[in-house]
Amino acid sequence: MAMTMRFFTYASPPRFYALAGALIPWFWIAALVLGAAGLWIGFFQAPTDATQGDAYRIIFIHVPAAWMSMVLYLVMAFWAAIGWAFNARLASMVARALAPTGAMFTFCALWSGALWGKPTWGTWWVWDARLTSELILLFLYLGYMALVNAIDDTRRADQAGALLAVVGAVNVPIIYFSVKWWNTLHQGATISATAAPKMAHTMLTAMLLMTLAFWAYAFAVVFMRTRAIVVEREQQTEWVGELVRAQGAQ
Amino acid sequence: MNWNSAGEFFAMGGYGLYVWGAYGVTLVLMLAEPLLVRQRHAEARRAAARTQEES
Repeated sequence: MAMTMRFFTYASPPRFYALAGALIPWFWIAALVLGAAGLWIGFFQAPTDATQGDAYRIIFIHVPAAWMSMVLYLVMAFWAAIGWAFNARLASMVARALAPTGAMFTFCALWSGALWGKPTWGTWWVWDARLTSELILLFLYLGYMALVNAIDDTRRADQAGALLAVVGAVNVPIIYFSVKWWNTLHQGATISATAAPKMAHTMLTAMLLMTLAFWAYAFAVVFMRTRAIVVEREQQTEWVGELVRAQGAQ
Repeated sequence: MNWNSAGEFFAMGGYGLYVWGAYGVTLVLMLAEPLLVRQRHAEARRAAARTQEES
């Protein structure tokens, strides 16, 4: 109980606002440094693929974007559920802040996948399990955003959004395992816990660096959006009053 | 080193359109998103300042 009390104290909007504000620049620096290193290794150190030529270099954004699209959805569903179950305001705000970034990464995964599919499979799109379930993920993000924006009562909107997010979470394992469960044009998992990586070390390093860069980007931009939502929702409070007066005086 | 010239680099072994099309759109979105969020934050602070003045 003491633990949860402390958690909710630190999860108070003014504390979060200050802490996130201090962390955001560091996440941007991390995203830039890791991204630059990942692109350098991906384009200048990793060799040309024997079968796919240089088209395979799309992997350095495609796989990290696809991973982020799935991870951010689960994180969004988790915080939406916490906000619903414990009536924790900040958790619901974080859930809302995650949705546009998750949708953006989902779109990037689909877009880069189409541009990779054309030269390697001969088609931009097929209605197979992996691609279709990833498209459904995009619609889940967009549906969540439309739903929470359509309901005026904030708490009710958060609850309805949480229900949609939690039910939709069943789609994430379907995406992940679709390449095992169904016959598909899409290749199998790039990284597996049980098998040695099938790609060159430089390729793997570039992909993991890009994944870390996307993680740092997601933290930075989601913290920024959460701070904006905090100000939107708490605009009548004393602490936001002090905040905007302090900025107005500068 | 994979490339002997800048032209070779941009050609991407004949897959330039696909590779740069994928990277370009991703880069534009990842630049636009934080700018839009920054605008939203600034607008929220202005709205809060108006609300506080009225009360």
